[in-house]
Amino acid sequence: MKSNSNLEKILESGKFAVTSELGPPKGPDVSAIEKKAAFLKGNVDAVNLTDNQTAIVRLSSIASAHILIELGLEPVMQMVCRDRNRIAMQSDLFGACALGVRNMLCLSGDHQCFGNHPTAKSVYDIDSIQLIATVKKMRDDGKVICGDDIEGAFEMFIGAAENPFADPFETRVPRLAKKVAAGVDFIQTQCIYDMNRFKEWMRGVRERGLDKKVHILAGLAPLKSAGMANYMNKKVAGVSVPEDIINRMKGVPKEQQAEEGIKICLEQIEEIKQIEGVHGVHIMAIEWEHKVREIVERAGLLPRPAA
Amino acid sequence: MIIAEQKPLDEILAAIGDAKKILVLGCGACVTICFAGGAKEVGILASQIRIASSKAGKDVEVTEDTIERQCENEFFDRVKEKAAEADVVLSIACGVGVQTIIEVFPEKIVFAGLNTTFYGRPKEPGLFTEYCEGCGSCILNATGGICPIARCSKSLLNGPCGGSENGKCEVDPLNIECAWHLIHERLKSIGRLDLMEQVSPPKDWSTSSSGGVRRIVREDLREVKL
Repeated sequence: MKSNSNLEKILESGKFAVTSELGPPKGPDVSAIEKKAAFLKGNVDAVNLTDNQTAIVRLSSIASAHILIELGLEPVMQMVCRDRNRIAMQSDLFGACALGVRNMLCLSGDHQCFGNHPTAKSVYDIDSIQLIATVKKMRDDGKVICGDDIEGAFEMFIGAAENPFADPFETRVPRLAKKVAAGVDFIQTQCIYDMNRFKEWMRGVRERGLDKKVHILAGLAPLKSAGMANYMNKKVAGVSVPEDIINRMKGVPKEQQAEEGIKICLEQIEEIKQIEGVHGVHIMAIEWEHKVREIVERAGLLPRPAA
Repeated sequence: MIIAEQKPLDEILAAIGDAKKILVLGCGACVTICFAGGAKEVGILASQIRIASSKAGKDVEVTEDTIERQCENEFFDRVKEKAAEADVVLSIACGVGVQTIIEVFPEKIVFAGLNTTFYGRPKEPGLFTEYCEGCGSCILNATGGICPIARCSKSLLNGPCGGSENGKCEVDPLNIECAWHLIHERLKSIGRLDLMEQVSPPKDWSTSSSGGVRRIVREDLREVKL
């Protein structure tokens, strides 16, 4: 075991994993985390804590992860390369490990121009793939980047994201291969709407045997409305929503669109379960955490296994 | 101007590998003035490559030329034929020049022979120092004409920090002047020490490379409107 985390045990034992996501508040309001965590507890195996997502200042992912542990949930601490240099990142990784965090997700991070501090200086001292290699070196060799020894055992289950929908498509499998070579343990994909393209990507992943080296969790973001489908398609770079899904959402009255979005999500989960090499789902119910239990339950994925 | 220096010869030789015909191309602008990539350096580097190749038993043909500026398309017309005959072009212009060649001669393999380092000037013969980092929003009017972004090791806007000693910076006391010491002295001499007490707020870095890849559009100069 690399981390002894619940998520690692579930994935290593060959069970179908379910993770979800929690966006920390724009301030030290612990009750906001408690409220969202209550919706997720017992319904998923681990919960991602976003790291100032969309470059908006929020309660740190480390502190949020620790709060989640105290609430009895297992965190996946996200860490972006946008805001910290290698000194701060490694220091924060020590801190996270000391506080009991055993899963993390290595990300580049949304550019600050999209957030509430567009005049900020960007850091990007190391990138997401270098971060994966850094965490692996810390864990497996007990050393920080410069080669100095780490005091104490550093344990971490190393995750990263991958987007099968960004361009150029031909680079998407090689890029996963690069993350695998850097030492990633699990992948949570960008949210999937274009199932054909995801399946094509997975074919490429299997052809190179990458599915045997890394656990892939398929990312899903249930649609709340036809408006959201349109927004995701047009405004979010690297996400495409096929026309038939947009039309399906548009085709039902507004008050039934949320249910339609959940139905689509459930159909996607069924389809994903059949894809060889996919070991779980990552449900990103954006400000919709209270619907996660319903989705997981209706997908037949409850109760969650005890690790 | 842009200051650059030549890469180690071994690195250049490794890059050009087994190329048989190499055009070493210099630039008549900044890199000529900083003695890194002008006609003289083209001649020396071409000779070094010839010697290294013959030592290695390789049959290599090295041609030489230097154009006025490698950052503008029009100056490449004169070397079109020479470039066409070469397997690779080894540019000893700044990074802008190297990338311009890729666009002007897209069928050519192009290698960079220099490391582009900073915006600066020859302060003394043989000494080039950094003065500007192109942050896109100049603060020189508030700092007595001395740039702390480029010349303070921490790019502080409210310096000096505690590492300033005898006018020198703790990062390298022998070679780096404390920019904020210089700013203080300068503001004192022009009777504007009041500026030293003005609190500078966080800088808008969106005009720098932090804001994404930059461009300037001058509608008055464009033939085709964007």
